[in-house]
Amino acid sequence: MPEISHYQVKTLTIDGKEVCASEHQTILEVARENNIDIPTLCYFNGLNGVGACRLCLVEVKGNNKLLPACVTQAQEGMEVTAHSPQLHEYRKLIIELLLTERSHVCAVCVSSGHCELQSLAQKLGVNHVTLPYLHEQCKADGSHRHFVADHNRCVLCTRCMRVCDEIEGAHTWDITGRGIRSRMITDMGEPWGDSETCTNCGKCVSVCPVGALVEKGKAVAEMTKPNFLPYLIQMRGKGQ
Amino acid sequence: MTLDELQEIAESEREAQKKITHRINVSVAAGCLSLHSDVVFNILHEEVKKRGMEESCKVKAVGCMGLCAAGPLVRSEPQHTYYRGLPPDSPEVLSAIVDSINGRPVPEFALSPEIPFFAAQKRIVLENCGEIDPERIEDYIGVGGYQSLLTCIAKRSREDVVQEIIKSGLRGRGGGGYPTGLKWSMVAKAAGEQKYVICNADEGDPGAFMDRSVLESDPHRVLEGMAIAAYAVAATKGYIYCRAEYPLAVKRLKVAIRQAEKLGLLGKRIGESDFSFEVEVRIGAGAFVCGEETALIASVEGERGVPRPRPPFPAYSGLNHCPTLLNNVETFANIVPIVRNGAEWFASIGTDKSKGTKVFALVGDVVNTGLIEVPMGMKLRDLVYSLGGGIPDNKKFKAVQTGGPSGGCIPEQFLDMGVDYESLMSAGSIMGSGGMIVMDETACMVDVAKFFMDFTRDESCGKCIPCRVGTTQLHGMLERISEGKGRMEDLDTLERLGNMVKRTALCGLGQTAPNPVSSTVRYFRDEYVQHITNKTCAQGKCPCSKAPSTAAGK
Repeated sequence: MPEISHYQVKTLTIDGKEVCASEHQTILEVARENNIDIPTLCYFNGLNGVGACRLCLVEVKGNNKLLPACVTQAQEGMEVTAHSPQLHEYRKLIIELLLTERSHVCAVCVSSGHCELQSLAQKLGVNHVTLPYLHEQCKADGSHRHFVADHNRCVLCTRCMRVCDEIEGAHTWDITGRGIRSRMITDMGEPWGDSETCTNCGKCVSVCPVGALVEKGKAVAEMTKPNFLPYLIQMRGKGQ
Repeated sequence: MTLDELQEIAESEREAQKKITHRINVSVAAGCLSLHSDVVFNILHEEVKKRGMEESCKVKAVGCMGLCAAGPLVRSEPQHTYYRGLPPDSPEVLSAIVDSINGRPVPEFALSPEIPFFAAQKRIVLENCGEIDPERIEDYIGVGGYQSLLTCIAKRSREDVVQEIIKSGLRGRGGGGYPTGLKWSMVAKAAGEQKYVICNADEGDPGAFMDRSVLESDPHRVLEGMAIAAYAVAATKGYIYCRAEYPLAVKRLKVAIRQAEKLGLLGKRIGESDFSFEVEVRIGAGAFVCGEETALIASVEGERGVPRPRPPFPAYSGLNHCPTLLNNVETFANIVPIVRNGAEWFASIGTDKSKGTKVFALVGDVVNTGLIEVPMGMKLRDLVYSLGGGIPDNKKFKAVQTGGPSGGCIPEQFLDMGVDYESLMSAGSIMGSGGMIVMDETACMVDVAKFFMDFTRDESCGKCIPCRVGTTQLHGMLERISEGKGRMEDLDTLERLGNMVKRTALCGLGQTAPNPVSSTVRYFRDEYVQHITNKTCAQGKCPCSKAPSTAAGK
């Protein structure tokens, strides 16, 4: 008798398009496989999803709550709407809120042109900010030999924290404070250069979507991020 | 301990209590304690001793009697009289009270139990509060305590207990109103060797103190409810997550757990069966968001207390990724009477969709502030004017705020509405955990909305962008309006941004944070417009009114 596979394949629709998903695939993964673009910011392929930025929220028929595509598993028969005028409006407003929170001035930023917040704003058509700027005052930490952490540009996506914890295993980065006063910290709040856990691997700099974690000595628009993804996928393939 | 042995203890406790003909109950819950009810207790005790009446008259430390406005509260039996506001520094008055136990009560301080505040209540959750000594398990056993638990273990199947709760129609008292029986059956059916029961005692709404009073006055009731739940869903370990701001509740819980373990009513092999259930108290560190179930679980695990997206729901994957039943203090306190009296009895109380009673913390501009328990569906007007005794100084009623920072303000036109989950929702507020803040005509609704927005902004964990930045922006906008710097467009932005935060925030805190704003804009738009166009606050509460004339308002 041939062995019966218990491997489940699910079929669902995203924006009317019929797609199929393998077991444990998220809506976001299936959408990307099928060239359906759902904006994300805190998501990073290879790191645990946290569903924090709320940009990837989608509508699922029969559920009155919006669900984060990055951590919601695809289910048989799901009818997903990833793009609607309402969702577009919410996504624009989320970007606008981020732009008001800290000092995101592209004209003087080393990551300009290579910044996910900037490209999201362009893609979603956020061409002006209607809400007042909050400009939370943060510190910039240049104590590290190779890198700079300018918290004024941080969007609190926690990718640095997750890559440091989940991949490097150092857990140098963490978060302190709450609400609008949340800040990323190294170790127990010591300067990055004094960190006893940091291995100087630079993974956090590689995954930072904006100009918050950058290499030293770069001028405006000079900071490009190395493509970190193949490495992560390779490591995952090795079961690490 | 077997059921028979328990009944023996109950019987001997009742026998012992029968010998006492007179009883003076002194409330030693936190509210009365802050008014030195412990001193009152000591003096009364000395006075009784002086007269050599210890055999027949007992001065007893009990939990909350409810009427906070009149503390320290004392009740004298069999006179059946409350004494209000007893002066702890006047032994003469207290001595007179002891003298009068056989005659007419001391009139200056006496309070009839017939007043609506006491008479119109239906006490189920609070039935032992103010009656038993919270630090004596024998007192609790004497009124039938732990019989329901041992009866369940000895005579009823787990499924049967779950069915009883489903049939009762009990809904979560923490605020969401999710059917409790459904939650129990989900956890009961969830696969997993290890299951947990957690009691949410992280009550954090401004002006709410229902759970604190229950824990301080009748901790065994909550423990027994949790143990029955654990039996029903096959959990073996329980946690009570109590906020650090409730030291007395924590202390009494720990005493209660120790006593119950000593008698074999908690811990290993309860009722000499093979069912074991151990309870531990975990203390919160002051974050409001830890009342949200996924954040609470993270905090119990020792992680940073921030919520995570659901699904997976804690019923399937909660504490340590195991199936976890999480209910509020008041929900657990409802379990024992349901099991004892049956689901039909419970379902006969309340309204069609909201069964049983609800405990409210009635506070604000109302004469009888305090803790009340009434059947679901009681009219708001009765709550405020009958039980509450109306508004002080003959001022006019303006609104009542329910549901804390997640709720809304209900204006006068809804006074004749029956209070239950659905009606409050339709009026733009929520039941919440039971905080009820009455506001008179001098309240400024912009100021009220600003207060709650400031609260949620401060308590937002910062994980998701809509809540972290959205609440800050909403608060900033209200601040500008209160300073007389608002613009008419701001009203639309408040609505647009509020809707977005409601729809996109990660957890319940963010999803409900704009409610105080949206409900006040909806019912009191005039006040907002007045702040914007006249740049004044008619009630004199906001900064904009302070500049030219400072005389108005209180």
